[in-house]
Amino acid sequence: MTSETLVRVEDVSKRYCRDLKRSLWYGMQDLGRELAGRDHGGANLRKDEFWAIKDASFALQRGETLGLIGHNGAGKTTMLRMLNGLIRPDAGRIEVNGRIQALIALGAGFNPVLTGRENIFINAAVLGMPKAETARRFDAIVDFSGIEEFIDMPVQNYSSGMTVRLGFAVAANLEPDILLVDEVLAVGDLAFRTKCQVRIQEMRDTGVAIIFVSHNLHTVSHICTRALTLDRGHIIFEGDPESAIDAYRSSVASRNESVAQEMRAGTGEIRVGRLELLDAAGAPAVNVKVGDALTFRLHYEAAEPVTDPVFNLAIHVVNGQQVTGIRTDADDYRIGRVEGRGFIDVIVPNFNLLPNAYTIDAVIFHRDGFTFYDRVNQIASIEVGGGLQINGTAYLPHRWVEPVPTTLEIPALTPAELETS
Amino acid sequence: MTGEQTPQIVYSAESQAKSPGKLFRNMTQDMFTSRELAWSLFIRDIKAQYRQSFLGVVWAFVPPLVTGLIFIVLQQSKVVNLGETDIPYPVYVLTGTILWQVFTDSLNTPLRSVKNAQSMLTRINFPREALILSGIYVVIFNLLIKLVVLLAIFLIFRIPLTPGILVAAVPTALLILFGMGLGLLLVPIGTLYTDITAALPTLTQIWFFLTPVVYATPQTQPLATLALINPVSPLLGAARSLATNSPVLHVGAVYVSGVVAVVLFFLGLIVYRVGLPIVIERMSS
Repeated sequence: MTSETLVRVEDVSKRYCRDLKRSLWYGMQDLGRELAGRDHGGANLRKDEFWAIKDASFALQRGETLGLIGHNGAGKTTMLRMLNGLIRPDAGRIEVNGRIQALIALGAGFNPVLTGRENIFINAAVLGMPKAETARRFDAIVDFSGIEEFIDMPVQNYSSGMTVRLGFAVAANLEPDILLVDEVLAVGDLAFRTKCQVRIQEMRDTGVAIIFVSHNLHTVSHICTRALTLDRGHIIFEGDPESAIDAYRSSVASRNESVAQEMRAGTGEIRVGRLELLDAAGAPAVNVKVGDALTFRLHYEAAEPVTDPVFNLAIHVVNGQQVTGIRTDADDYRIGRVEGRGFIDVIVPNFNLLPNAYTIDAVIFHRDGFTFYDRVNQIASIEVGGGLQINGTAYLPHRWVEPVPTTLEIPALTPAELETS
Repeated sequence: MTGEQTPQIVYSAESQAKSPGKLFRNMTQDMFTSRELAWSLFIRDIKAQYRQSFLGVVWAFVPPLVTGLIFIVLQQSKVVNLGETDIPYPVYVLTGTILWQVFTDSLNTPLRSVKNAQSMLTRINFPREALILSGIYVVIFNLLIKLVVLLAIFLIFRIPLTPGILVAAVPTALLILFGMGLGLLLVPIGTLYTDITAALPTLTQIWFFLTPVVYATPQTQPLATLALINPVSPLLGAARSLATNSPVLHVGAVYVSGVVAVVLFFLGLIVYRVGLPIVIERMSS
């Protein structure tokens, strides 16, 4: 494969406005400037503006699959829209060599009154496919969509899944040099998602360069050859996907600390102090790997004597759901009477959560295990690193046993058994 | 799709208006490459429009017919004095209102097309000139339907069908270009602010009464001058006179208005092309 540069992004910046009224007025100003032959944008921010993308540079070679990762609002979509030519940079330059196609707006331009058949032709025309070409590929498109029996029904009667299927089927039959993918794989049922993934892999194998935006880090680490991490409009990392994902996690974790949305509640006789994370040697834990020993040291301060408080640590995936928790009452561990300052250690011999960023809430309950003495959300965060890219959150300790040849006949599962399994 | 040379596209902050030659080249090229897409969009709009309508094409000629009939009644009951016309008044007024509709149709089409295509514009990169072209198709289609009614009126009032009818296509085309040009100029501002859409009906109504559509070309001031400097009136008048085999008035004004129409149309195209990327950025997707 030749190292042919298909996309070159040089020092690109884009600013957005937070206020609608002002944004419209800036639009008028830009219009005037542009018509007067003066350049678009500028190096400075006007009132209420911020950099959605700032000084971004990268290149994409033929055959590469580049992942774009970052928190919400990091600038991923803005970058895709600029690459697609929908919006223009305010500074810098984007050079695109080849036909670019976005798997973003599936089914845009569909008219609800018209049938699926009619919409295939219109959608293909909008995406730049000549009519004769569409006619030739029509059967393949319908076949791919898997909604043959509804093809002559108005699209307004389609379910949202069917609309997306049809949209993807049209898009999947184009032959671009560069493909922009933005979370489309998250829609439709499992069978269709798999079909989409297979199609994207096929395109990749024929040398199509792909720019892939996703929150699914597992997918990014598997299909991308390189990745960019965006943080508040800046490219903070460029390189192999694993390291980019690590950079993303620490950016999210640090962001979380800076935001530090403490939510405190409770009767307050005993208060949570701080939570320390220590490694096996008793030093502050850094570079935590899957399976490391970890000690949580929870400091408290009791203004008056309390009996049998319940200590609880709740561990969440960053910005996500609770993964697990540790509670003294669940372990039948009675604290007894505490007074004044102190700390309690809980030792986790193997911290078996997969690489990701996690946040911890610390809670002290009354002995009923229900009423709060005190609660501090996101008191600390842990970033688990390491190369283990498995989808999910928990690591199960295990070992494999070598394959054993056998002559035994194993009856195949009957369809009925498959159904129930 | 093979064997094509790989196209190179550059997106930057540089103003397109800086190099008018390149702008013009790209514009005409996009206009040309988008003709198939424009046709698809036109067919889509027409199909969708008529599939959801019971009376279908009737709605294309009811409004000018009704406006015309109102003035015929007013004229005949002598409520208003609309001046002497060379041809039977009903023919005069109905030809006039139909041509006026062609103008307002052209004026409103660009902004309407862009607003209807908003979700497409903010998500797909396609030659935006396709919207203009399909808009022109829609205007012509609506005109062709009305022509059937006009033909019936001509037959009823025994207006001779002369080659002048074919020549009338030229000022009519110029009328479309003038309306489109003006409409295109309004697109960028009209997509940002809703004020334009709100003001247009009132403004066109005032314009309607300042143009000799339902009354004879005025001889008294200030309406006479106003009718001359208003490009719609010479063009509309010329098309009507040619079609009904009556003398064309103010030939000089017709030529000037024709030039104004063509210039305005190209100006509109430039403003549309330069302005649309800026307003798309401010649109919600």
